[in-house]
Amino acid sequence: MTIEDRVPTRMADGTFVRLTRSEIKADLVAGSEAAAKRAKVAPLTDDEIDHLLDIYASPARFTGVDVGDEVILSCDGTGMKTHATRIQDLQTYEQWMGADLLELCVGDYSLKVVRTILAYEAQYMHDAQLCTVAPLQYGVMPNLGLYSKPDGPCDNWNELLPLGRIDEARESEEEAVEMAVVDMVRLADTQHEAGADAIDWDTTGASGDPEFLAALRATAIIRKKYPDFGVQLGMAGEFVLGMHGRLEYEGVRLAGLWPKDQLLLAQKAGATMFGPVVNVNTGKTCAWNIARAIALVKPCMDVATIPVHMNAGMGVGAVPMFVHPPGDAVCRAAKSCVDILHLDGL
Amino acid sequence: MHSAHAQAAGMGGMRAAGDLVARLQMTRGMRLAQAKEYVAGKLGVTPFDLSDPVVMTDVRNEFGFGRIHSYAISQPAQANQIEAKLNISRVLDVPINCVERFKERTTPVAGGVR
Repeated sequence: MTIEDRVPTRMADGTFVRLTRSEIKADLVAGSEAAAKRAKVAPLTDDEIDHLLDIYASPARFTGVDVGDEVILSCDGTGMKTHATRIQDLQTYEQWMGADLLELCVGDYSLKVVRTILAYEAQYMHDAQLCTVAPLQYGVMPNLGLYSKPDGPCDNWNELLPLGRIDEARESEEEAVEMAVVDMVRLADTQHEAGADAIDWDTTGASGDPEFLAALRATAIIRKKYPDFGVQLGMAGEFVLGMHGRLEYEGVRLAGLWPKDQLLLAQKAGATMFGPVVNVNTGKTCAWNIARAIALVKPCMDVATIPVHMNAGMGVGAVPMFVHPPGDAVCRAAKSCVDILHLDGL
Repeated sequence: MHSAHAQAAGMGGMRAAGDLVARLQMTRGMRLAQAKEYVAGKLGVTPFDLSDPVVMTDVRNEFGFGRIHSYAISQPAQANQIEAKLNISRVLDVPINCVERFKERTTPVAGGVR
């Protein structure tokens, strides 16, 4: 009887467990198969599983990509008054943290909140651009839910749907989309005038297909108005929820789209960067989650004509759902995604 | 978390040439290999060099692209911040929005009144 050594590895809630190499391999295979079954994508190859196994069964505290294989980090939330003024935060990330790009934002991060302080935010962008070097984008999350009552003017589709008032819910969602598109374009107008390098729609689709539609439509308008303006479109999850169910963009139904088809529409709308997201299952290991995440995002890489920056923050991309994600788990996720997917960034 | 990503996989931002490659991705939609080739070609280095702070500190100094600064390695005579971005825009041949605004807002207009 062979007794395998156990190595410390993490669950996706961040806690340590001790597993054998065989158990970790079994989790990798299971994660890959879970993605293949659910999203109808190809499972990871044996070589890819073996490479991930070397990364996740290693007892090393830290790992990284090969020298020369470094990628761009799209550092969202870097200027949000975490520890000093927002400009000082941006300078800290630029000067001390090696950030490849910067993002100005407000703590709430919601479009509907920012729409009330556009002039203030534009002034801050103007000032920040004068004292930074790295490219600087403005980031918000569309967060379409805030356009519904009691926070916003539209009837609350989350209340209407359980009552079976489907048509009213859909009408309300469509009304919210129109409002959000106007607000997104107006935000882009003010930020472009202030000197921003790009706009970042973060966690797009958190309110399902209406929110994704709003981001795509706003992106297309911005691309036409400002040909050199960057638009980063990052998703909220691996699967677009059908909160409406019938919405289409360019003839493609949005509900139920997986990362590759999300990317194709982002490209068509005119985004310059795309951020696929795969949320973690906290009841599984990071090994299970990384295999599932990579299998889901892999189809993007063959069709991408714009940079793909896979999201690998707290609770996504096999980074544990813990407020201070442990470095050993973060570096494993980063190396795995870059090595297997040949990403353009994280 | 950011530190772990930066150490594991990042290009190092201004420590090397991460900000320059990021600019091509962000505003030109260039994929990584294409953006690295473009920047390396403009600077006369290899794509491999772009992540190396030893090589890139000298290159940034030469082109006036701004550098990591502290009181221990002050460089008050070198371009930094918006000054550096004017140089980056010219050398990389990429219009930078805030640089264009800066030029527009600091150029005298007819009559001398803005």
